Amino acid sequence: MSRVALGIALAAALTAPAWVWNPYHLHTLIMAGIFAVLALSLNLLLGYTGQLSLGHAAFFGMGAYATGLLTVKLEWSPWIGLLAATVLPAAAGYVIGRLALKLRGAYFVLLTISFAGCVSLVSVNWMDLTNGPLGIPGVPPVEIALPGLPVLSLRSKAAYYYLVLAAVALSYLMCRALVRSRVGRALVALRENETLAASVGIDATHYLVLAALISAGMAGFAGGLYAHYTRFVSPEVFLFTYTVTMVIMVVAGGKGTLAGPVVGAVLFTVLPEALRAAASWQWQMLLYGILLIAVLFFMPEGIVPSLRAAQRRWRTS
Amino acid sequence: MDQLLQHLLNGLLLGATYSLLGIGLTLVFGLMNVVNFAHGEFYTLGAYATFAALVLASVNFFLAIPLAIAVGAGAGAVCERCLLRPLRGQSIDTVMLVMIGVWIAMQNAELLGWGGVAKSVPTPFPTRPVVLGAVSVAPLRIFVFLVSGALVLAAHLLLARTKLGRAMRATFQDRETAALMGVSIERIHTVTFAFGAGLAAAAGALLGPVFLLYPSMGDLASLKAFSVVILGGLGNFAGAAIGGLVRGVAEELGAGYVSSGYRDAVGFLMIVAVLLLRPSGLFARAERVG
Repeated sequence: MSRVALGIALAAALTAPAWVWNPYHLHTLIMAGIFAVLALSLNLLLGYTGQLSLGHAAFFGMGAYATGLLTVKLEWSPWIGLLAATVLPAAAGYVIGRLALKLRGAYFVLLTISFAGCVSLVSVNWMDLTNGPLGIPGVPPVEIALPGLPVLSLRSKAAYYYLVLAAVALSYLMCRALVRSRVGRALVALRENETLAASVGIDATHYLVLAALISAGMAGFAGGLYAHYTRFVSPEVFLFTYTVTMVIMVVAGGKGTLAGPVVGAVLFTVLPEALRAAASWQWQMLLYGILLIAVLFFMPEGIVPSLRAAQRRWRTS
Repeated sequence: MDQLLQHLLNGLLLGATYSLLGIGLTLVFGLMNVVNFAHGEFYTLGAYATFAALVLASVNFFLAIPLAIAVGAGAGAVCERCLLRPLRGQSIDTVMLVMIGVWIAMQNAELLGWGGVAKSVPTPFPTRPVVLGAVSVAPLRIFVFLVSGALVLAAHLLLARTKLGRAMRATFQDRETAALMGVSIERIHTVTFAFGAGLAAAAGALLGPVFLLYPSMGDLASLKAFSVVILGGLGNFAGAAIGGLVRGVAEELGAGYVSSGYRDAVGFLMIVAVLLLRPSGLFARAERVG
């Protein structure tokens, strides 16, 4: 049953550009993909270590700026830009993780918010580097230049869709490998009972910082993908709304599951677009808030775990 | 030197309202173990309630402020009864996420209701500043400072001298024992949250006329409240009162001597520095409950 559903979903995802005629709908799917990478990255922290980071937009923005600056000002290849968009935020995630992961709960949350606030202010005020609120226009499109073949530009939406789809698949598989490894088990042990985990020799700081590093790198990578897609980077990438959206996607989809964030990301990018016809942007955000509360009240585990439980009940009865 | 004095004075005047904001937040955290991310929204609510009373219902300015506080406290009580009470016993993270939901919902409801254009609140005070030797102050700011100070004092007296205050302090120290002694925990929680929301609304009602009103004004207020609370130690009343003044002065000095673009960075850096160096706050005693 779930295998069939999975197969249909995969086939639909792979053939989407063929049957999604409206370019705006394809745009929505591309954004869903970028958000899926973001949600997977946040889930690594929130779902598997239990630490809520409300500063993830900072890594997303750093990734966007890293590739934006390198490809526009230094005219480096977008591929190196994307690499930098992963490595630099990962390094920042390491440093922040080292500092912040001494703290837990509310203290950790506040530290991550403050960090994101600082980075955002720097992006607005450091005019020489970031061009301030005006942003950096003209970020080049990604191109695939294999020797002996004509240069393949991913300028079109359909082509970019496949790049993003590949990124989602890569992120998903990486998260799966990580979660099923020794590291993943250590993280879950720390989430469930830190004292007990420490007593069997799990170094909390080491594993949590590792998770922060990978999570930040993934968020940065998503930022890089976003920059090359919209071809423009501005301080808007640091908006708190991005962080909130990620949190809602992870919590609603099901934190601590692999499929949850992806389901959440697709649902919460497609749903607002579907609602857009009926409601303005403010109504959407209002609904977002109410929806977050409703999910926490009625489906505290999230959609994917709830569906699984329902399926199990259906099978046994 | 004169400039320094002026900055210090401005900082203290502003800081008193930050104390109000911080006290409300710290009480809710200390007593209920709720990280109230919607705190700034009650501040916004207070500011808009003043505006509505003044401009739409043409109520007297001095009556509009207590009215706004009542609206804030009422909204807080409703929020506690409908959302927080059913969630008691849930993990602090779940409650935190619900409060984030409340924050988003309230802010966008305000955006829908009032529109995105900034509004200014008319006041009966003259705009000409009062010159006191080397420094000058707007009369409105003096009024705001005095009312804030009075409210902080009133909050302190309520906690220290009344029966309700004793019940609140008892709940703060040991919830179960307080319940055994006949304190209605449910009622104390509702009162505390309404109290915190009322103080935030008071800060909004007082600072609204000083600055401009816009729907996302609460974000910065939340942030300032959190930095004040962290400075004083989560759950520490006196710490929050002093922390507010420190924050006000630090902000003015930062804006005056570093760069006004980084004015708000002062708060962020303060949170980061205090959390990393002295996570229990600057004024922490050896060990506190909460």
